[in-house]
Amino acid sequence: MADLRIKGLHKSYGNVHAVRGVDLEIPAGEFTVLVGQSGCGKSTLLRTIAGLEDADNGTIEIGGEVVNDAPPRARDIAMVFQNYALYPYLTVYDNVAFGLRARKTPAGEIDAKVRQAAKMLAIDHLLERFPRQLSGGQLQRVAIGRAVVRNARLYLFDEPLSNLDAQLRDEMRGEIKRLHQELGKTMIYVTHDQIEAMTMADRIVLLRDGGIEQQGAPLELYERPATRYVAGFLGSPPMNFIDAELVGESAGVAVRLKDGTALPLDAARALRLAPLVGQPVVLGLRPEHIYRAAGADARPGVVRHAVRIDLLLPTGARTYATFALGGAPVVAELQAHDVSRTGEHVELAIDVNRAVLIDPKTDRVVA
Amino acid sequence: MKLATRRRVTTALRTAAAVLLTVVFLFPIYWLFMISFKTAEEIFAFPPKWWPAQFGLDSYAVLFKDGDATTVANSLVIAGASTLIAMFLGTLAAYSLARYRTGGEHLANWIISQRMVPPIAVVFPIFLLYVFFGWVDTYFGLILLYTAFNLPYVIWMMRGYILDIPRALEEAALVDGLTPWQVLWQVVLPMSRAGLFATAIFTFVFAWNEFLFALVLTRTEVTTYTVQVTHYFGGQSNFWAKISAMSVLGTLPIFIVVGFMQKYLVRGISMGAVKG
Repeated sequence: MADLRIKGLHKSYGNVHAVRGVDLEIPAGEFTVLVGQSGCGKSTLLRTIAGLEDADNGTIEIGGEVVNDAPPRARDIAMVFQNYALYPYLTVYDNVAFGLRARKTPAGEIDAKVRQAAKMLAIDHLLERFPRQLSGGQLQRVAIGRAVVRNARLYLFDEPLSNLDAQLRDEMRGEIKRLHQELGKTMIYVTHDQIEAMTMADRIVLLRDGGIEQQGAPLELYERPATRYVAGFLGSPPMNFIDAELVGESAGVAVRLKDGTALPLDAARALRLAPLVGQPVVLGLRPEHIYRAAGADARPGVVRHAVRIDLLLPTGARTYATFALGGAPVVAELQAHDVSRTGEHVELAIDVNRAVLIDPKTDRVVA
Repeated sequence: MKLATRRRVTTALRTAAAVLLTVVFLFPIYWLFMISFKTAEEIFAFPPKWWPAQFGLDSYAVLFKDGDATTVANSLVIAGASTLIAMFLGTLAAYSLARYRTGGEHLANWIISQRMVPPIAVVFPIFLLYVFFGWVDTYFGLILLYTAFNLPYVIWMMRGYILDIPRALEEAALVDGLTPWQVLWQVVLPMSRAGLFATAIFTFVFAWNEFLFALVLTRTEVTTYTVQVTHYFGGQSNFWAKISAMSVLGTLPIFIVVGFMQKYLVRGISMGAVKG
């Protein structure tokens, strides 16, 4: 187990600048998820850490040792690949044992470790089978087994669940997280799936165009995004963005929507945003920050607003309702029976305290 | 006609056609084997005898007594050695071309283009060269030549098979702790096993069947069986017994090799076929 420190890392393929100056520190024992859309450089970054790609510039340190020029085998890492990368001509047992044998582990130790890892991943009944006899979920368990059986300094996962169906993916997410809790190893996990990132990570590193857009604990990124991109990337359904304007009011500062609706801000925010009064702003509202107004909820910062529901998407526990607010379609996450039909007029409560405000010129969150 | 009946009739017709074709194709080989066991009278008997009265081995005995049979051994040595060397060097070269892009985009195409030279165009220069170096009528000479002729084919085929191997398998092995040489040995070779066998068989068969260079570059020491057979076609008469016995000796090794490796051969050929 070791920490990882990356400084000023660059990597290009021909004209494509895949990784542009990444600085990253990952403490030992942490589960870090590198997340971003395809082409954001996350896989390249992971492969460069593994030594499967050479860095053009910058340094990679594992456990305090610069490994830029070390071949993959000398970096002492284990990796799980998206397409499992199991050797079809070897049994499950031999696949799991492959890395141990390559590193000249004594035979008795190999057997004990392989059986222990297999038990942990519930594949101990499959050890004599060949990969072609296994299902996708079993293949991925074997691939994970091949990695965790080794006592490596770093464990890398390159989109390991993207070939599995939704139900298996849910199951394996929990499984991998449990493995991390049991083993306490430094793990770096690449995915394009924000739900995987949110559910599994100790820390999310959100990448965009080869650079780090923001990093931090999942809820930190979710609740305090630094940019519009981060705000929109995390969360499903995504955050609603509504064009608006900051206006001065007698009581302080408010956000005024295109239809004239004014949403007053709390005192602390008002003070901070005072210099921006009169300027355009984008209001970011998460679906769960809009709910059915009940009784006399009169908390400060909660604005009641009558709307007409245009679209209902029930999912069972929650119903996603779309309506127009300030000229933009907005999705609210309501309780299952809050609204009964499309076209219904209801009064919703908007929790402005939890909304984010974005400067449309810079796309940065200002409050 | 009912559907089931029609289906049965179709199957029967197909089977009959297949059997007929097989008989047509196998008959010359059957006849060749039979002649080799017949006495001289039986060979020329009319109407022809389908089956020798006694399976005599006299024709073979003559070949072994006169030393003619050693030409089959010569062919085995030359074809075997050149196949092994071409497979070894060719697979290494193919791996290098496939994974390290050695020589850029076009080197592989250039290499296979070497295979398109008509042998007759180079027979004469090579003969002079061999005379100069003293390689005529030596194992070394023919092995070298056949290796050179087969290398482009081996490289081209093996490159295709290697390109079909998912790269992640090799990357996983590198991360797991293997050196690039170990990856070649422990991952690439097992993964391309079917292709290796198929390519080796074709390479061996080419060397086994080669006639032109063997004719020009051998005298007495390392004559191959293909050249030897021609000695039995005389001006006045043909030695059918010897021709057939020698032909059987020349056919058996291929039968045996292909029989043992049929599984890989079929898979190797179809693997190449699937690749676009």
